[in-house]
Amino acid sequence: MSDMTRRQFLAITGSGLAGSSLALLGFSPGPALAEVREFKLSRATETRNTCPYCSVSCGLLMYSHGDRSKNATASIFHIEGDPDHPVNRGTLCPKGAALIDFIHSPSRLTHPEYRAPGSDRWQRISWDEALERVARLMKQDRDANFIARNAAGQTVNRWLTTGMLAASASSNEAGYITHKVIRSLGVLAFDNQARV
Amino acid sequence: MTNHWVDIKNADLVLIMGGNAAEAHPCGFKWVTEAKAHNKARLIVVDPRFNRSASVADVYAPIRAGTDIAFLGGVINYLLANDKIQRDYVIHYTDASFIVREDFAFNEGLYSGYDPDNRSYDKTSWEYEIGGDGFAHVDPTLAHPRCVLNLMKQHYSRYTPEMVERVCGTPKEKFQQICEMIGSTATPTRAMTIMYALGWTQHSVGSQMIRCGAMVQLLLGNIGVSGGGMNALRGHSNIQGLTDLGLLSNTLPGYISLPFDREQDYDKYVAMRAYRPLRPNQMSYWQNFSKFFVSLQKAWWGDAATAENHWAYDYLPKFDKLYDMLQVFDMMEHGEMNGYLAQGFNPLAAAPNKAKMTAALSKLKFLVIMDPLVTETSEFWRNYGVHNDVDSSKIQTEVIRLPVTCFAEEDGALVNSGRWLQWHWKGGEPPGEARTDIEIMAELFNRLRKLYQTEGGAFPDPIVNLSWPYIRPNKPTPEELAKEYSGRALTELVDPKNPTNVVRKRGEQLAGFGELRDDGSTASGCWIFCGAWGPAGNLMARRDNSDPTGIGQTLNWAWSWPANRRVLYNRASCDANGKPFNPERMLIAWNGKQWIGADTPDFKVDDDPTAGVGPFIMNQEGVARFFARGHMTEGPFPEHYEPFESPLGYNPLSRNEPRAVSNPAARIFKADREALGNVAQFPHVATTYRLTEHFHYWTKHVRLNAITQPEQFVEIGAALADELGIAAGDRVRVSSNRGHIEAVAVVTKRIRALNIDGKTVHTVGIPIHWGFTGLARPGYLANTLTPFVGDGNSQTPEFKAFLVKVEKIADASPASGQKT
Ligand code: SF4
Repeated sequence: MSDMTRRQFLAITGSGLAGSSLALLGFSPGPALAEVREFKLSRATETRNTCPYCSVSCGLLMYSHGDRSKNATASIFHIEGDPDHPVNRGTLCPKGAALIDFIHSPSRLTHPEYRAPGSDRWQRISWDEALERVARLMKQDRDANFIARNAAGQTVNRWLTTGMLAASASSNEAGYITHKVIRSLGVLAFDNQARV
Repeated sequence: MTNHWVDIKNADLVLIMGGNAAEAHPCGFKWVTEAKAHNKARLIVVDPRFNRSASVADVYAPIRAGTDIAFLGGVINYLLANDKIQRDYVIHYTDASFIVREDFAFNEGLYSGYDPDNRSYDKTSWEYEIGGDGFAHVDPTLAHPRCVLNLMKQHYSRYTPEMVERVCGTPKEKFQQICEMIGSTATPTRAMTIMYALGWTQHSVGSQMIRCGAMVQLLLGNIGVSGGGMNALRGHSNIQGLTDLGLLSNTLPGYISLPFDREQDYDKYVAMRAYRPLRPNQMSYWQNFSKFFVSLQKAWWGDAATAENHWAYDYLPKFDKLYDMLQVFDMMEHGEMNGYLAQGFNPLAAAPNKAKMTAALSKLKFLVIMDPLVTETSEFWRNYGVHNDVDSSKIQTEVIRLPVTCFAEEDGALVNSGRWLQWHWKGGEPPGEARTDIEIMAELFNRLRKLYQTEGGAFPDPIVNLSWPYIRPNKPTPEELAKEYSGRALTELVDPKNPTNVVRKRGEQLAGFGELRDDGSTASGCWIFCGAWGPAGNLMARRDNSDPTGIGQTLNWAWSWPANRRVLYNRASCDANGKPFNPERMLIAWNGKQWIGADTPDFKVDDDPTAGVGPFIMNQEGVARFFARGHMTEGPFPEHYEPFESPLGYNPLSRNEPRAVSNPAARIFKADREALGNVAQFPHVATTYRLTEHFHYWTKHVRLNAITQPEQFVEIGAALADELGIAAGDRVRVSSNRGHIEAVAVVTKRIRALNIDGKTVHTVGIPIHWGFTGLARPGYLANTLTPFVGDGNSQTPEFKAFLVKVEKIADASPASGQKT
């Protein structure tokens, strides 16, 4: 196994679910791997993911510090195309190639915030305050405006005064639970990016 | 996509129209270059701009934005007039031979049944002639004057090469050359693929543009074959999945539609959707509708969904009209909405007419934002100088902003354009207190449920009874949710023919939608995804990239819907006897006993082809439809209508009918019609587009992308620049009747002036990626300019064709308010 290619090497070390370190595999890399960058990556945890931008959905390899043990915070420091992926075969476009800067963008939101009516600024609030407030506002509006029957007396059970737009870059699982929750409330003003 | 990215390598001809894959989908476009290099494929690009896809094309043709139906209608006319069709395919696999009702008519741009007051059609006459046995009449000789093929011939005979040139501005000789190239794929052994994107969808006639492309492909026998297909290059990474999961105003998961008010009776609701076959022997797979629907209701409401309460039918809202995005923002502007939640969505930038959007959001009582980034929508109330000139003190909307994880910080599946569900894994922790969308929706729901349990309120039943079987109620795992939408047996399932044979144990995951039942014994939250997490585990996480046949079918890589089928309608790649039309690129074939091959057959695996079951098993006809019947809003055949802001102001194809200048059944509200501009004030055609360095309004928050394309610009052709005295690098003001933007002028030879019906028309290109938040230099949201008009079927706004005026700004210093 000493002269395997980098691709084979990564295929073995990265099981897809989680990577393993060289020491865990119990052998040292062959000469083909004796480059500075390879060693840097080989000490990292490798995780498979998909580019969140366009629907080519290029396969990604993400490298992070931290070995997923409890209390260790994993932080991604490098992203590249997954050479095993049948569509992108390791390539990324200028968008996918810069993903590391998306994850670490200074525009990332880090805590819940509140903007009061008429105010020109945010104030920081806790998750508890935020979700309690949203639940209360939604319930008030639903209870006041829910339509059980239309003018003709037909059962319609809908709530039209609150609406939602769902994310089209979030996972199936997020989309599924969002739909389940929103429809149980009787919302019809519900769409996703597909309309645009 | 009917096919998938890798399959593009099998094409003999690639038509890119209404998209620019080289820049917007670069790693997918690689498969076009693969086809060119290894399959001797040729590439045609038709676009208002000589873009980077065009730069590597064999043939490029310019076209006026918004006139693609005139072009494609001209192609249909050429194919029919010159008999460049795959006859066997057209006769056996389409409705060409079906006879249409006698009262169906088309006159000067309007179909029979038009109601001008409601801008809609009574579609009764848009139907086949149906016999006493319930089946449609057909004439396989194609001699009947009202058979679909002859009606089509007649309809598109008006789309002559001269008419194409007048409407589209495409030179006649170029058009002729392209027709001949396209016609060459009518032989069974040649395939063309069509690749399109928002350049077709974002028009007031977008759905019909796509339909028109599909009709070209059906005439050529290019649907269902390897290297062929209608391939939508979808914009966002999971826009396909969210659509499949039904996150649209009037749908449920798996393309099930919600009931109308009038559908009070559950049995009638089911009967309307369990389409009966329109020809003998046809499968008409939607006949299984009740199995899909009941399994969904069981996934959502568990034991509370019973046969007695019609599987909790009344828990679902019924609709009186469509509450699509345009409708909802119009209601919001009129003060009819109180609350709004935006999850990973930036409607201030993404919906048309920013001024209207600001007015609408300002009327809300509360707005909830869930996003990883600082979106413009979340700060619509904040003054950003000229780029968002609002008075915060006058905006009474309460805004709550919640930080959300991004792709790298969560597990889950996304559906790519080729319908592959691919699982991904979390690689890092989110910043600060950010949470996943799943956790937010779960905790919000649990709080609401608790309020309804303790306080009561309006119709609490669907809320308090919602099935919530997750081990940690505030943190359902992606695995739990994926298993739920895939589906499982609720009781022991036995073979109805042999009750001693247990097919599935109670609680076991199901292998596919064929196992779903309508007696409450199965649950599946999205029937088309059934089997994604099957008895063998999570098939979406599979990573075997082997391609044993060499035609790019990696069946063990992830999982694709439906039933892990990679090329939809693949039965149509074989002739009536089950022999592949093109043995070189075989997808499936009949071996005398069953269907075998490189793909999951889109057919019953042991159905003998000679029994006459058609290949389009979802359709009532068993074959593909040229004649859309009542399925489209504006007519059974695509017809050219001008964009709502037209440089002509008339429709050359129906010169004498003022109601048919633009789509007579498009989505437009009265006030928005008044906000339309005319050619006298706004003489240039504008079209929005995307750059390869940016993704919508996200990557201006990403340092590397903000460096590579830092500043807002507009692209104008050299001829217009000369006319207006604009040099490259000058600042210009671009205005529409709804507002203006200011940007740097990029002057190129890529956009040419076009001769439209004797008149010179210039096109202005408007990249969309700037706004007032992020790391790139602040700019104007491009939707400041765009009209609030939508397609009649999808309600998608017309971002790709509208009117503007371009002026040079005398003072060349940067606009005030720029925080550079
Ligand atoms: S890397 Fe580029 S081509 Fe690939 S999915 Fe991302 S945006 Fe699309």
